[in-house]
Amino acid sequence: MWCANTVKNMNRHTEDNSRFNEPDGMGATAKVQAGLAARYRKERRFRLFGLAAIAASLLFLVVLLGSIVAKGYTAFWQTQILLDIHFDPAVLDVNNLATANYAALVREATLRLFPQAASRQDQRALAKLVSTGVAYQVQEIVTSKPELIGSIIPIWVVADDEVDMFVKGYIPREVPENERRISDKQAAWIDQLAAAERLRQGFNATFFQAGDSREPELAGIRGAAMGSLFTLAVTLTLSFPIGVAAAVYLEEFAPKNRWTDLVEVNINNLAAIPSIVFGLLGLAVFLDFMHLPRSASLVGGLVLTLMTLPTVIIASRASLKSVPPSIREAALGIGASQVQTIVHHVLPLAMPGMMTGAIIGMARALGETAPLLMIGMVAFIVDIPHSFSDPATALPVQIYLWADSPERAFVERTSAAIMVLLLLLLAMNAAAVLLRNKFERRW
Amino acid sequence: MQKFARILVAAALFAGSAAPALAAEGRDYISIVGSSTVYPFTTAVAEQFGKTTKFKTPKIESTGTGGGLKLFCAGAGVDTPDVANASRPIKKSEIETCAKNGVSQIVEIKVGYDGIVLANSKKAEQMQLSRKDLYLALAKDVPSPEGGDRLVANPYKTWKDVNPKLPANKIEVLGPPPTSGTRDAFVEMVMDHGCAEFPQIKALQAADEKKFKAICQTLREDGAYIEAGENDNLIVQKLEANPRSVGIFGFSFLDQNADKIQASAIDGELPEFKTIADGKYPVARPLFIYVKKDHVGKIPGMAEFLAEFASDRAWGEQGYLAEKGLIPMPKDEQKAMAAVAKALSAMVNKK
Repeated sequence: MWCANTVKNMNRHTEDNSRFNEPDGMGATAKVQAGLAARYRKERRFRLFGLAAIAASLLFLVVLLGSIVAKGYTAFWQTQILLDIHFDPAVLDVNNLATANYAALVREATLRLFPQAASRQDQRALAKLVSTGVAYQVQEIVTSKPELIGSIIPIWVVADDEVDMFVKGYIPREVPENERRISDKQAAWIDQLAAAERLRQGFNATFFQAGDSREPELAGIRGAAMGSLFTLAVTLTLSFPIGVAAAVYLEEFAPKNRWTDLVEVNINNLAAIPSIVFGLLGLAVFLDFMHLPRSASLVGGLVLTLMTLPTVIIASRASLKSVPPSIREAALGIGASQVQTIVHHVLPLAMPGMMTGAIIGMARALGETAPLLMIGMVAFIVDIPHSFSDPATALPVQIYLWADSPERAFVERTSAAIMVLLLLLLAMNAAAVLLRNKFERRW
Repeated sequence: MQKFARILVAAALFAGSAAPALAAEGRDYISIVGSSTVYPFTTAVAEQFGKTTKFKTPKIESTGTGGGLKLFCAGAGVDTPDVANASRPIKKSEIETCAKNGVSQIVEIKVGYDGIVLANSKKAEQMQLSRKDLYLALAKDVPSPEGGDRLVANPYKTWKDVNPKLPANKIEVLGPPPTSGTRDAFVEMVMDHGCAEFPQIKALQAADEKKFKAICQTLREDGAYIEAGENDNLIVQKLEANPRSVGIFGFSFLDQNADKIQASAIDGELPEFKTIADGKYPVARPLFIYVKKDHVGKIPGMAEFLAEFASDRAWGEQGYLAEKGLIPMPKDEQKAMAAVAKALSAMVNKK
């Protein structure tokens, strides 16, 4: 191809030269000189357009990432309060630890910090400073270490999301009291806690360890991440072998006729179909016909397999095509069968390109929500999935659900989840580039 | 290559044999589908239920009321949802579909109320609107301002044109798209009432209901009503950025953002817990959950889940659902509904 082009160019040059040598007035050099400045200008302008396009897209990227990071980085820290919890033997019955009133222990600990809160209303407001999840935290501690019963232990507990927002400055102080969700009294208590060094910003481990929750301070992405992992595992194990097998057949064995042309057109067409269509197909085939469980990552993986297959097939065919025919001819020439030629020589050489295609397909699958909507994976799921048939959701779905929640603390969590998703995508795409650079051979 | 083929066949066989096994397996968690308006409340109950009992946390899908009831009524087996969230009462046609598919015993439980608010940025003036004003401001065709029975394409540009008492700001309302239940409720409770104040249109209601609905419920398409998507957080953000615009969304978003936005009074009433609960605020709707009675006993934890929902600590006046923005029912209604939830009294056929 390259050779042919150069020859053509050279031909054109000689043609041009012959035209320049025509004996009508100006010499060829003079003619070139006259137009030179304009040609350089044109070239500069062309390059400038390219640069401007890149600068504009970089600017958009910086604005997008900047706004996400600026909104979301605070979500990795969570306000915590130091409570002296008395593991009261009167409340905790060693033989019946599961049903003890742990919330009462927490309430009592907050009361001991601010004994002046006497009225019922004040006590309620005070109890709201710490998260409702703290009772379960205390329960876990007691269940794992029953010997603590009877002692008073200082524990850093998770603050309520409103307190967290207030401390982080997302709830303004200066607006009238009835317009913010932290009352003046609560604000004063928070200031006292801070003064007594009983308030700190700790690493938000919950965000990485918990499943979804309606309490922002207890919500995490673990459930969604596991769901995505299971889904992608199914997608990869199905779409890679099937895609490669299809590509090998189409490229190496299939006769060139109207049938294979039709198949090829269809594959290219499928790659461009909106993903929601695959969700509808999945609903009809996997749920209604095969009766697979709703909301399971298995079904999600099957649907995403359908969606990524065309991408994998197209990438695999392209990389098979790029293996030079001389390799095949050499193998066949020394007596290898066609299967041996393909398995021993062509496939290993085409593998890096195929894997790149698969990884890019996976990255696209990781970012999909639309097909998952139809098969019930857009759902509130607290328990972290442990198998392919457990109800699960996926990372982008989690982002969508949080973005729609009224609580203000979900705003920063939404951005934080987006950051995690972007990092994963970046890692996958980087892996694709690395694979290509390391193993790809050029001829 | 042969080995490869053998592995493929084995994998296909495995997948084929695993599929029915998975499907036949009984479900050990409650499956809930339906309205995105009820979703934040049902999820809160589900989470509490999962944490405080030995049962698994229910799974809740946000599909919209219509989509949810369609799934709910698709069959009686355990592979169909047990509970449907709804931001409107179930329709007669939906009950019929349910009955046709073997779901005859449906328990209807009202869980509370939701107000739909019109609000604008704190930086702007608070508005005193009537439903008639809103109809005139937002309908596609309105009675001619010169009088007479003729309908003309909506000529009003500013709120002052609609009603001289209102500010001279351009009419710019951000609201949900037609697929949203909030939009349905808004159109029914505000626009229908507003246009019924014109006698010549009201006369139509009895004569030609379809035409009445077309006149009253078609919103402007000339840019005064802006479909802002289903995401209410986004509407709140846009109101902040543009103080002259007004947004339509659920009460819980007003409750969470009271430092940024203020509600407009409708027919003289501001949306507050009290005015919505006692029915004074005109744009409020009841929220429901529908339960398949046959699944109680088949799916573990159904009765306990309903008990949690109907408990005072959940839907009571000081309960955690009120904290999430659900407007509690009056005490006696609460009692009646808790009794329904306990006895699982199925709906008597609606007229």
